[in-house]
Amino acid sequence: MLGLTGASDVHIDCLQLADADARYLQSSPEYYMKRLLAAGIGSLYYLGKAFRQGELGQRHHPEFTMLEWYRVDWDEHRLMGEVFDLLVEVGAADSAEGYSKKSYRELFQTETGIDPHGGELNTLRALAGQLADRDCSQDDRATCLDLIFSLRIEPSLPNGILFVHDYPACQAALADISVDACGATIARRFEVFYDRMELCNGYYELADAAELSKRFEQDNIQRHGLGKPTVPLDRKLLGAIEAGLPPCAGVALGVDRLLMQMLGARNIGEVLIFLDI
Amino acid sequence: MATYSTNEFRSGLKIMLDGDPCSILENEFVKPGKGQAFNRVRMRNLNTGRVWERTFKSGESLEGADVMDRDMQYLYNDGEFWHFMEPESFEQHQADKATVGDTALWLCEQENCVVTLYNGAPLAVAAANHVELEIVQTDPGLKGDTAQGGTKPATLTTGAVVKVPLFLNEGEIIRVDTRTGEYLSRAKD
Repeated sequence: MLGLTGASDVHIDCLQLADADARYLQSSPEYYMKRLLAAGIGSLYYLGKAFRQGELGQRHHPEFTMLEWYRVDWDEHRLMGEVFDLLVEVGAADSAEGYSKKSYRELFQTETGIDPHGGELNTLRALAGQLADRDCSQDDRATCLDLIFSLRIEPSLPNGILFVHDYPACQAALADISVDACGATIARRFEVFYDRMELCNGYYELADAAELSKRFEQDNIQRHGLGKPTVPLDRKLLGAIEAGLPPCAGVALGVDRLLMQMLGARNIGEVLIFLDI
Repeated sequence: MATYSTNEFRSGLKIMLDGDPCSILENEFVKPGKGQAFNRVRMRNLNTGRVWERTFKSGESLEGADVMDRDMQYLYNDGEFWHFMEPESFEQHQADKATVGDTALWLCEQENCVVTLYNGAPLAVAAANHVELEIVQTDPGLKGDTAQGGTKPATLTTGAVVKVPLFLNEGEIIRVDTRTGEYLSRAKD
């Protein structure tokens, strides 16, 4: 859980120790698991703690429990099917009721009338500004999409299990890139919503080391621009991906949130054992 | 004035927004897994009373507002202004109708209330949660109806009209919850 470097995601900040090496607590086990995948371990899972700095709210706690797993030779759609099977197995979903599955484009366009991939940035800024009651004229596409998704789309989602796939390319994180039926570049990333709450995030994994290295560098450029500390490149991960990540899909599930929704808890604190940590 | 970051926003914190003092009612942390973190904040504009919602990026900060809640004694109304006094310093403040608003219906002389001061001047007045007031007008009650829990309107000394049980008569003193305007009980004395 403790590493010499951490995730470079612009909007995920690792907790760091005050020791001489300034080690990072993992914000997810992703980098380690990918090193194992590249070493040939095969499909694998992790069930344990992950940590994120500054995330504290009704649905967030700096220390939380994550279930993350990877399936070698699977694509993201097959993995979504397995996520649903797991939710049925634990009693969170009903196999007879099934689930809904929509592309990000379909969901976004139905609710707002705007194409999230090709729509004008200024149109997105205007809607985001109106929803948030703030000036969004300087915000980038990803920020506008996040605002609109959180404030307008999430509250409109149906009850039950919903898979949202084909995310905007600007929100690819570590997912592979592809082109959708409309010709737009999209990320092979999906999220799972359980009664409107974001529960899982999954990818068909990016296996191109050069592209991965580019994304890490871009993350750091953005972090620098926001006045955040940059994160040292994870050379071991890059080396492993260069040596060869098998084709695979992976997903992470927030276990505390699953419990929250199953128990009808309004606050994550209600499902944590200790709150004074 | 100090500035406050979104992670310090708590219910009751007074901040300046668009030139108006506001009181924070609710602060919800919103963050899509891989995305920008936001704080969705509900607040009341203390000048207009309007409640509205604005979303901030987490980490943004706002200036605090020089707004204080003070326990004061309500003295009297001179026809135009309501007069209040701070019990320790005996300092007096006057507030106009716009400031006192509907709270006027619950203010009885010599009783304590809370006056909100903005830059030293009254901005809002809140009555005590429970006040005791006399019924000055109500229709005579009907004996035997009490079991059904029926109510009738009663006008109090301050002009407030509350629903009371049928057995109460003019001249009686009752306890009222000023937040809901509901009758609680007969005053015990």
